[in-house]
Amino acid sequence: MTTTTVHDNLIPPSERAEPGPSYLSDGHTVASWLLTKDHKRIAILYLVSITFMFMLGGFFAFMMRLELLTPQGDLLTSDTYNKFFTMHGLIMVFFFLIPSIPATLGNFLLPLMIGAKDLAFPRINLLSWYLYIIGAGFGLFVVLFGGVDTGWTFYTPFSTQYSNTWVIPITLAAFIVGFSSILTGLNFVVTTHKMRAPGMTWFRLPLFVWSMYATSLVMMLATPVLGITLMLLIIERTLRVGIFDPALGGDPILFQHMFWFYSHPAVYIMILPGMGVISEVIAAFSRKRIYGYRFVAFSSLAIAFLGFLVWAHHLLVAGISIYSAMIFSFLSFLVAIPSAVKVFNWTATLYRGSISLDTPMLYALGFLGFFLVGGLTGLFLAALGLDVHVHDTYFVIAHFHYIMVGGAVMAYFAGLHFWWPKISGRLYPEFWGRLAAMVTFVGFNLTFFPQFVLGYLGMPRRYHAYVPEFQVLNVMSTAGATVLGVGYALPLFYLLWSLKYGKIAGKNPWEAVGLEWETSSPPPTQNFTETPVVTWEAYQRNLPEVLIERG
Amino acid sequence: MSEVELHGEHQHPHLQHHFEDLGQQHVTVTLGMWAFLATEILFFGGFFFAYTLYRHAYPEAWTIGAHHNNITLGTINTAVLICSSLTMAMGVYFSQLGRRKPLVNSILATIFLGLVFVIIKGVEYAEHVREGFFPGVLFTYSGPEARHVELFMVFYFGMTALHALHMLVGFGILTWLVIRAQQGWYSAEYYGPVEVVGLYWHFVDIVWIFLFPLLYLINRHG
Amino acid sequence: MSDPHSENETDLRHHVTNKVVYFTIFILLMGLTALTTGIAFVNLGIFNTPVALGIAVCKASLVILYFMHVRWSPRLTWVVILTAFSFLGVMFVMTFADYLSRGWAWPATGPWVQ
Repeated sequence: MTTTTVHDNLIPPSERAEPGPSYLSDGHTVASWLLTKDHKRIAILYLVSITFMFMLGGFFAFMMRLELLTPQGDLLTSDTYNKFFTMHGLIMVFFFLIPSIPATLGNFLLPLMIGAKDLAFPRINLLSWYLYIIGAGFGLFVVLFGGVDTGWTFYTPFSTQYSNTWVIPITLAAFIVGFSSILTGLNFVVTTHKMRAPGMTWFRLPLFVWSMYATSLVMMLATPVLGITLMLLIIERTLRVGIFDPALGGDPILFQHMFWFYSHPAVYIMILPGMGVISEVIAAFSRKRIYGYRFVAFSSLAIAFLGFLVWAHHLLVAGISIYSAMIFSFLSFLVAIPSAVKVFNWTATLYRGSISLDTPMLYALGFLGFFLVGGLTGLFLAALGLDVHVHDTYFVIAHFHYIMVGGAVMAYFAGLHFWWPKISGRLYPEFWGRLAAMVTFVGFNLTFFPQFVLGYLGMPRRYHAYVPEFQVLNVMSTAGATVLGVGYALPLFYLLWSLKYGKIAGKNPWEAVGLEWETSSPPPTQNFTETPVVTWEAYQRNLPEVLIERG
Repeated sequence: MSEVELHGEHQHPHLQHHFEDLGQQHVTVTLGMWAFLATEILFFGGFFFAYTLYRHAYPEAWTIGAHHNNITLGTINTAVLICSSLTMAMGVYFSQLGRRKPLVNSILATIFLGLVFVIIKGVEYAEHVREGFFPGVLFTYSGPEARHVELFMVFYFGMTALHALHMLVGFGILTWLVIRAQQGWYSAEYYGPVEVVGLYWHFVDIVWIFLFPLLYLINRHG
Repeated sequence: MSDPHSENETDLRHHVTNKVVYFTIFILLMGLTALTTGIAFVNLGIFNTPVALGIAVCKASLVILYFMHVRWSPRLTWVVILTAFSFLGVMFVMTFADYLSRGWAWPATGPWVQ
């Protein structure tokens, strides 16, 4: 019934030299990886790709922080600096954050968590990865051959008329990875509806699945609008017509409306999966059910829905009508509510939980603090009067980095560490994991908290020079960035080390609850040796052994 | 139970290994196509949205632009696409009954009608270019509201070209389908691919159903 | 929406639409096409555009319900279609709300102010 031998099953995991046969050993040729239909292998392909892009985006950030050590623009010209913040933003948003958790952890875990053999459309899953690579190829071309300087937001008319950089190739890159994103979202939605194992009802699903489902809805409904917006940008730039050009009858604010109609929901694409990871990690390391399961599940849907109604808070000072601004401001306050519901429920889960401070939990606890600050400062920005002062300052930058880096990236690392034993069959060294988490925590605070102050004091974003009064805070921020860089580099080393020298993990090293922990580490290609039949509630512990033993 | 035995129960050659049975495969693939069409609604929808905004701003220019379109060819093209939707629907019908030859003929007819549409469109495009109505450097119309008429033409060419692109992709898919149909892949038990290709084709028809009045029929009364 | 396997035996796999239905819908669609072109030349004042769009909606509905089988499709299909149109509607309504209300509080310039 199983693909391992009887002999393997009798050896305790701690005494084995290698993990047993699995999806990793199912073919060793390049073709078996590049032409795979296995969602787990595709997840690994994505993992390698986005790690590379993360480092590239990080390089640009580090150069920017180096420049900002001194008030003068002395390291980079202003044109080069413009290119660097543009490419940092583009790479991090489109090539790292948006795919990150969905394409790696989502791809790997979704079928496992619902008891399926694979996603609904395995070949489309592979196509998604190839589209990502093609888009990344366009992006790399732009990076290597002169860059682009429009800001990741491509505002017109600079992007359509005045910029002399590779605008069209980079918008094509974004268009193509957008399509990759749409197909991934489609795959996940259909899979969740149609591929659940018998007995796996919606309210028995892990909360990670709920958040991936909500994320996928957003991917599917919002990304096409980005596609059409970028198409119109390309048409205007190529034909020199006036879709967004006031001189020819167009409206630059229309570009901003259409761009942010996607890009605001996009930030929920970036954070919702992280929230799903946090739910899983907190439940596992408090050894409890998530408090208020249904509230947390529905809050994911609420965030996805409300996230579509707030986009013009990015245009509050751009020239929209004051009445419209008031509506969007109010709706932006509303969208904080389901996020707060999650934070309350996570905290309530911790309360009286049996907490163990393993690496994933450290990252998750860091997330709670950072997300709280990031989310609250979003409310500051949504307030019309305050936004007039802090729009386009470092306050905005600090706000979204608290959520995207302090939130999404921390959650990504939490998930990576939590499921690393499942993915690789190995345990990483716990000391180094905890150290990396703490270094990241310190580095992050040092990098970004000063930026709130800088923004409030009036330092504008996207400037390579600033008044000397701001230097101390900038130096603090750059020092923090260096520490943060170390914190991010450490996992690269010990996770890779663990692939060869890490202890064998065994089925469920964390003693967590979920179908993914009921199969071997790493799982066999077909995930389960027998289709699971689910008769227990989500996160339910203390199940009779007979329900869990399966091949 | 060995792996062979597991699959022995449902040996249908077109059952993909990760599905339990043909029923699950069918409903999954159908939902997948509907989900894709939902994304297309948002994609084309964005274009329709920008069109609507500018139409509201420049009604006179939109009228001039629309009058420059050939209403006869537009009506004929609309009828052609509706015919192709019928032939496609009949194709699904025949596949459900397992009637191979009528299925193949239906798909071929659909492709043929689609080609007629694209050719007529090409004729219209050539006319526009000849008369100096292609946006950009080739635009020579200098009558009233010239800049805004050029904007209308951006929407005309952009939306119809995007639609035509979807038709070209459709031809590719239909060709793939007709080859499979000819090889006898489809039957009452397994006709999902025909169904979902049909869904795609009908969607492309619906886009045109909206494009036609919006691009051709503005202020046509005297 | 509890057990996915109970949904596999949907009517969709077995429902074969009658040929007559297809041809009837076809005739209706052709008729509506002729109507929309013809009525474009009749002066209905401000109603020309709503009528044209209304006819388009009728045609689209016929294609969706009958050619695309939505009339006999599971509820989930309806949800997918309605969801897509709803979010498109959000984009239309909320952006138009901005453009139409410019100039209410203080004078606005540009083509949007009628």
